[in-house]
Amino acid sequence: METNTQTKSGPQAGTFERSGDLLLQAKGITKRFGEILANNDVSIDLRAGEIHALLGENGAGKSTLVKILYGALEPNDGTLLWRGKPVSITSPAEARKLGIGMVFQHFSLFEALTVAENIALAIPGKLSIRALSERIRTVSTDYGLELDPGAIVADLPVGIRQRVEIVRCLLQEPDLIIMDEPTSVLTPQETDQLFITLQRLTSEGCAILYISHRLEEVKQICHHATIMRHGEVVSECDPSQETPATLASMMVGAEIKDVRKTGAGEPGDERLVIGSLSAPADGPFGVALRDVNLAVRAGEVVAIAGIAANGQGELFDLISGERLADRADSVLIDGQAVGRKGVNDRRRTGAAFVPEERLGHGAVPGLKLSENIVLTRHGVNDGLVNAGFVNRSRAEELEKKIKKNYDVRMSHDDPEARSLSGGNLQKFVVGRELDRNPGVIVINQPTWGVDAGAAATIRQELIDLARAGSAVLVISQDLDEIFEVADRIAVISRGELSEAVSAEIMTRERIGLLMGGITDAHSAQGEGAAFDAA
Amino acid sequence: MRLELEKRSEHSTFYSIASPFIAIGLTLVFGAILFAVIGEDPAEALYIYFVSPLTSTWSLHELAVKSAPLILIGAGLSLCFLSSNWNIGAEGQFVMGAVVGSMMPIVFPDVQNSLVLPLMIIMGMAGGAAYAFIPAFLKTRFGTNEILTSLMLVYVAQLFLDWLVRGPWRNPEGFNFPESRAFHEYAILPEVLESGRAHYGAVFAILAVLGLAILLSKTLKGFEIQVTGQAPRAGRFGGFSTAKMTFFAFLLSGALAGLAGVSEVSGAVQQLRPVVSPGYGFTAIIVAFLGRLNPIGVLFAGILLGISYLGGEEAQIVLGLSDKITRVFQGMLLFFVLACDTLILYRIRLVSKRAPSLAMGEN
Repeated sequence: METNTQTKSGPQAGTFERSGDLLLQAKGITKRFGEILANNDVSIDLRAGEIHALLGENGAGKSTLVKILYGALEPNDGTLLWRGKPVSITSPAEARKLGIGMVFQHFSLFEALTVAENIALAIPGKLSIRALSERIRTVSTDYGLELDPGAIVADLPVGIRQRVEIVRCLLQEPDLIIMDEPTSVLTPQETDQLFITLQRLTSEGCAILYISHRLEEVKQICHHATIMRHGEVVSECDPSQETPATLASMMVGAEIKDVRKTGAGEPGDERLVIGSLSAPADGPFGVALRDVNLAVRAGEVVAIAGIAANGQGELFDLISGERLADRADSVLIDGQAVGRKGVNDRRRTGAAFVPEERLGHGAVPGLKLSENIVLTRHGVNDGLVNAGFVNRSRAEELEKKIKKNYDVRMSHDDPEARSLSGGNLQKFVVGRELDRNPGVIVINQPTWGVDAGAAATIRQELIDLARAGSAVLVISQDLDEIFEVADRIAVISRGELSEAVSAEIMTRERIGLLMGGITDAHSAQGEGAAFDAA
Repeated sequence: MRLELEKRSEHSTFYSIASPFIAIGLTLVFGAILFAVIGEDPAEALYIYFVSPLTSTWSLHELAVKSAPLILIGAGLSLCFLSSNWNIGAEGQFVMGAVVGSMMPIVFPDVQNSLVLPLMIIMGMAGGAAYAFIPAFLKTRFGTNEILTSLMLVYVAQLFLDWLVRGPWRNPEGFNFPESRAFHEYAILPEVLESGRAHYGAVFAILAVLGLAILLSKTLKGFEIQVTGQAPRAGRFGGFSTAKMTFFAFLLSGALAGLAGVSEVSGAVQQLRPVVSPGYGFTAIIVAFLGRLNPIGVLFAGILLGISYLGGEEAQIVLGLSDKITRVFQGMLLFFVLACDTLILYRIRLVSKRAPSLAMGEN
């Protein structure tokens, strides 16, 4: 078994110098879910003082491995060694006792409690809230992650919530921190701050296992990378010696096609216009939209950048018609005022919509793909419904066509939506709308959790659609994606949308400022003036 | 060794069909054990309970009388449950259908012509639907839990009927017995065949089953019911309104329960009494789930539960068992049906405990 693990690590294995002490070693980890081998003979060494990237497409087995290292899953086979001694980590509590901490991608905080109360829940032993608050203040200032222990979590922006998670982890003085996609909710500035903290931690001898889809980032800060594909470790490398493109091709196992953004001619007529759209918050944790203005013209892709939960979902619902606006003329599609019309009326004008959530919003998990085509297309004249009766053979015909044209891979024909992997389902959900050749398409997080190959395909489709004369509006949190597809970029922050600026003059720094900081009217005006000048 | 439930990636077609049969099998096994424990011969008891009701013309007619309301209500409820609206108050809607449908022969006994019966049926359906409107309105307007409101309204309906037949609607010539006047001939739902008591309620049940089966499997409305029930957010994205669906589901299942109610009083009982239902509205919940929320399945499940009523009576007469035995059987059946449904989306695996990793260290 041991010789095997060494050869598995690929051609580059053993060619780089790694200095830190061995902290956690996993050897020959195998985990089976039914017929699926989620981890097949996976081995990984984590060393003190090293930021170790774990890369792989969705479904490559990263989460399974991490859950095993953190004690949340039991492997079927394999050994874990902590500082050279065999250990059995059967629960997260045991992992924490050893000195392994984890910062989750999805926050596990109680919104109604304060920062200190949330942290107290996770810290073993009795410590008064006041003493704990003092420690939180010391530790957070020490690491440049300032926190107010008395703040209610619900009031905090996402970036700060993540600090809470990190500080909670740091208070346990771990030797190894596992971070799952930590920067996906951060502005560029917040990301830089996080990197400083990570470097400080490694200089103190802490090991970090870093999971991210952002290859630029991995190249910038990670010392070592393990790349997984189909449940196996396919190679290891020093990311600083690689480019994002070579990293991506190692993940996918093939060259990724570059997205070509060519042929942007003179934009045509305004096909989607949002005029002075305001809406109150929808529920206690919703975001109110304030005076949103945007026009998307034929032939162009406009992208809205922003950190999660700044009103993107609300804006999407109001444009799609799942929620009605107060005034009919606050949403115009091809000149028709549709603000008070429902989603199917808007689809009939030639518009198409793809929401962020695939399962449960864009598609019904328990229904077949062909039935999921009926879901969004029964209202437009596609021959799917005759006199109230559903034409199933027509739906199956469309399903086959979309499967073929958009390369949706499935184990058997016309399966339930829930059985598709995230990337394949996204290709289906996007293909379902593109197949209509829509005049206007609004798409929220087009490649969220989608592997690099599929993402490139979807982005190219969107650009091609625009070049053929449609108006494309992309809402995304991924700046790389935005710069790849957009002709113009606007930024949404706390329900306010900045002016859309040409992608050629927009910079990441400017987006970062718009995303995060500018809340008071004064600086917003100053910033606006700067844009006018530009 | 331990049992582990493992999620399937899709619904299992095999278990979708097999699970009710497994449930029935388990109910029989545990029923046999139950009979053995109370000192009866299990084989004989099961025969009396489940087979003897099918052995005579008379009892087959009785079976139709008992199964028809179960199927009518169960078919409506399966649609309602599919749309994730939990109408537990069909019993109340049944009673209200019976009450409103009986207005013609009781309040206007002198109106006697062939329009009376159709009018009674329409009024019965309207009564059940109107009563089901209340929980639907409370749910959509105030977010009230419809399970509680619809259930509590059952008791209101039952007491209202009780008050009516002891008070204003008591038969003036009835020697103060708590019952209404007997329905006149124009107000009686006729029998289907010469040979026995089975009335047109059974025909209504079959028509309802066919109608709902087509609605659910073929039409856009049926698609809408499935989508809003399984994923309301996706339903909204498809342009379907959850609130409208709540009203549709409650009104339709209420109308069918009301139809069952008026058919029962006009066909089987032929007057109003303080109690007009042996719990049809509640038993129909079992029928709906045993039939896998599919109208055709409900048809068979309704017949099975009809047998359980007759078998319970038979067991009282022949074996001298308490009539509670019927409830015990129905309860076991529901329990096993819900348990077996787990198999549709999960598979069970025996897992042997993993050897501790210490033992497998360096070698």
